[in-house]
Amino acid sequence: MTTDGKTEVFELVLESVSKSYGARQVLRSVSATVRTGQVLAITGPNGSGKSTLIKAVCRLIRPTHGRILWKLGGKEVPAEAGRKVIGFVSPDLMFYDELTAAENLRFFAQVRGMKIADEDIESALDSLHLGGRGSDVVGSYSSGMKQRLKYAYALQHDPPLLLLDEPTANLDTQGVSLVHDLIEDSKRSKCIVIATNEPEEVGLGDIVIKLGE
Amino acid sequence: MTSSSNWGSESLAVLWKDLLSEFRTRYSLSAVLLFSVTALAVVSFSVSPYALDPEAKAAFLWIVLFFSAMSGLSRSFVREEETRTALALRLSASADAVYMGKLLFNIVLQSAVAAIVVPLFLLLMDTRPANPALLTAATALGTLALASSSTIIAAIVSRANAKGALFAVLAFPLSLPGLSSAIGATAEALRGSMPEAGIGAAGDIRVLIAYSALMIAASLLLFDYVWNS
Repeated sequence: MTTDGKTEVFELVLESVSKSYGARQVLRSVSATVRTGQVLAITGPNGSGKSTLIKAVCRLIRPTHGRILWKLGGKEVPAEAGRKVIGFVSPDLMFYDELTAAENLRFFAQVRGMKIADEDIESALDSLHLGGRGSDVVGSYSSGMKQRLKYAYALQHDPPLLLLDEPTANLDTQGVSLVHDLIEDSKRSKCIVIATNEPEEVGLGDIVIKLGE
Repeated sequence: MTSSSNWGSESLAVLWKDLLSEFRTRYSLSAVLLFSVTALAVVSFSVSPYALDPEAKAAFLWIVLFFSAMSGLSRSFVREEETRTALALRLSASADAVYMGKLLFNIVLQSAVAAIVVPLFLLLMDTRPANPALLTAATALGTLALASSSTIIAAIVSRANAKGALFAVLAFPLSLPGLSSAIGATAEALRGSMPEAGIGAAGDIRVLIAYSALMIAASLLLFDYVWNS
């Protein structure tokens, strides 16, 4: 946020991004620019590199060629600031099963340098229809509840970039609707990247990248 | 909700999370304690009929402490990879905070083991240390040395396939300087009282402090690459 209360524009720039694992090329010269208020939808068959591209965007893996830039208010954001910039939801994301949902959220807030009140945690869980379950250990959660918890984790630091890999995996109809509403609401203040094969979610994209073609 | 970057409090958050997880699962402590008490019993039954000199006793004590560290100190990192929680941690915490939190957890864990193993060793070997204060210092600094070398090696091997074997293979040569100084200082503590033992152990104590400081400084420089690559 700027000092006058307006949200600074975040820009994600992909410049000719390629990724190879040995002789196998997963991504071939992918380019796009997405800004706050826009949704980039990445689609393609299994193994086409959707998750690889998402991981490259959050700098968990390095592209073989090309580069990925994060810009906030026109200035490049360094990689070290990624933990404050990125909200990430993915099937690969796991929480500590032996800790409660509230303990997990408090821990991740603390390591991000945030002080989070119990009311904020309760309110985040309520908004994802997990109210009253914050003191249950995550190991007792269903896969759908864990998926909802990932949204509480991804949004707790109000990141300008939201990366959603298979955003509605394991969710029931109500959960899918909740996530679609959340994407619509977040779109105003965030730059959103979705990797999906669900036609409804691809339809949310202002820009669509089809991989594996 | 407020946001401020505080390296120390972030490290303590990692330590607190690991302690809470350990308290609820006993993932590391049970394995380390089981190994160390079993090894201690085997050593004491095997050598108790013989009159051993302080060097041999100190070596046996640190063999037990070293291998108990090998069986447990890698687990805080390995578990993050096995339960796939490392991704969330990598995306949320700074590398320095993760390293310091894990180092502090390993120090606490190894100190708890030493607090049980050392008195038990003295009891089973029917040994009364001539210099208990020096023995405490040697144990504390040896524990710090073992924890500081084990933590960075655990981070390196945590994503490998043969973690256990690789951890021991890498840890042994790296821990050797600290281990031999800990044995030397412990032998002095078992042998003589102040001031002679203190003078005799001064070199080993200095090596242990320098070794731990060097390991921690080098680990802080290397850890970002190890954790994020």
